[in-house]
Amino acid sequence: MELHELSLRALHQGLQERRFSSVELTGALLARIARMNPTLNAFLTVTETEALAAAAAADARRAAGEDGLLLGIPVAHKDIFCTAGVRTTCGSKMLERFVSPYSATVVERLAAEGMVMLGKLNMDEFAMGSSNETSYFGAVRNPWHTGMVPGGSSGGSAAAVAAGLVPAATGTDTGGSIRQPAALCGVTGIKPTYGRVSRYGMIAFASSLDQGGPLARSAEDCALLLNVMAAHDPRDSTSHPAAASDFLRGLDRPLQGLRVGVPEEFFGAGLDPEVAAAVQAGIEELARQGASVQSVRLPNNPYAVSTYYVLAPAEASSNLARFDGVRYTHRTEVPKDLTDLYQRSRYEGFGAEVRRRILVGTYVLSAGYYDAYYRKAQQVRSLIREDFRRAFAEVDVIIGPTTPTPAFPLGAKNADPVAMYLADIYTIAVNLAGIPAMSLPCGFTRGGLPIGMQLMGDYFADDLLLNVAHRYQRETPWHTARPSFITGEA
Amino acid sequence: MAFDQDTVRRTAHLARMALPQTEIPAVAEQLERIMELIGTLRAIGTEDTSPMAHPLDLDQPLRSDTVDHRDRRAVLMANAPAVEHGLFLVPKVIE
Repeated sequence: MELHELSLRALHQGLQERRFSSVELTGALLARIARMNPTLNAFLTVTETEALAAAAAADARRAAGEDGLLLGIPVAHKDIFCTAGVRTTCGSKMLERFVSPYSATVVERLAAEGMVMLGKLNMDEFAMGSSNETSYFGAVRNPWHTGMVPGGSSGGSAAAVAAGLVPAATGTDTGGSIRQPAALCGVTGIKPTYGRVSRYGMIAFASSLDQGGPLARSAEDCALLLNVMAAHDPRDSTSHPAAASDFLRGLDRPLQGLRVGVPEEFFGAGLDPEVAAAVQAGIEELARQGASVQSVRLPNNPYAVSTYYVLAPAEASSNLARFDGVRYTHRTEVPKDLTDLYQRSRYEGFGAEVRRRILVGTYVLSAGYYDAYYRKAQQVRSLIREDFRRAFAEVDVIIGPTTPTPAFPLGAKNADPVAMYLADIYTIAVNLAGIPAMSLPCGFTRGGLPIGMQLMGDYFADDLLLNVAHRYQRETPWHTARPSFITGEA
Repeated sequence: MAFDQDTVRRTAHLARMALPQTEIPAVAEQLERIMELIGTLRAIGTEDTSPMAHPLDLDQPLRSDTVDHRDRRAVLMANAPAVEHGLFLVPKVIE
């Protein structure tokens, strides 16, 4: 296998056995990025000089006797994570020239392990989108079929990992933004339990829903990254005191006795039959390994999208109030007064989808509407959490499709925002409850597009999800498939 | 119609967003569609349900009342489009 196809484990082994250096590995991936990124548009910023310096430093640390599992291995960050000295755009014109004075905790922790940052990855603007088309810097293309969307909002992360531009990447998930692009690009991604991964330095969209996590090519690689990413952080007041864990420890546990719940609500109208068949086959594989399968009900799941489109825009309208033309980079020309400065800077700096969500959020929080919309949605959020509580009294994991369809063509859903919102119909309830969930490849359509299976777990059952996914991946080939686009083009 | 053009104008003003007149009809239509989606929540009985603000039932953590930040004003203001003498510059607000 070539360097760009190796897992994190295999890369560590290669570095340990001195079969290649971090500088060689980093150089090979930088060359691949230079060749393929003009087509994929996954990277917004490539930090070539810094990466080669970090790789040389990692090689020196290894030569001095260190042997960290991630030492010298390349990674790239979704452009929502602040990186000191390297611009962080959040996919927006508003932050086109923003250079953060500090780094996100996630960035710092991975760098301290000796991971080599190759650059910053494209995303939907302020993480608002399900196709990467809302990025001010243009859409990312799906490496399996460049006429298709990669999903969003962590579309650059998923596409870069799928294409072998980087072995692993960070992402964030507010309503499905790690899992949905992971499914559409055929990679593995986990949204951890809310509070596992520090939000410090992660530009806020909807603070009670946002959670960072890894995207990689296997559950084992995700576990390796999460071991470093998950940690209590006093700089994030919502960071959980028990955030850290060893996610590798239980990875190999057999699945004998595992109780799997299958929600009826995830297999109804609107689900593509090829997706349904592949996910069913995935569940059968787990049963073959000793899991028992039963039906569960999540009766309020059909209301998750509506609930989310009150709460997330409400939180966003508040979080994005800071972009006022005074403190951050973009400012309109020749404002006639202070109000004009605010209004035109914000109109010019934000794209149409972000503006739409700010308006929805402002409306549902405005005087006279708060109870009817915001409070009502918070109540339904309680009901959605209760659904999961009841289900997890009976089963250990809940399994269904990650998305209703495989990747759709670029431009297909741009005219109708509500059609785009429904792409996240199976992923949103998880964020509202705050539980962990992951997506892993479970098959392909006849047209060759990847299909994702979603595993959902109870609070802090992230390790169980990774365990189930790892056992599944030991017996199935789906996560090892590489995009035909790559071999065809290269 | 929850979202007529006047509602869009009023909400845009609250959000300090200068929408050009030409965009308002289309925005009103899109927001109306979104409000229809949100309106489905009305069908659910929630009289006895308490609202959920946050996934984790954690207390707000407190830190000790000691100085732990250096003065980094110049660094933190480096992204501002207009600054003078350590202050943000804005159009004149008092005549």
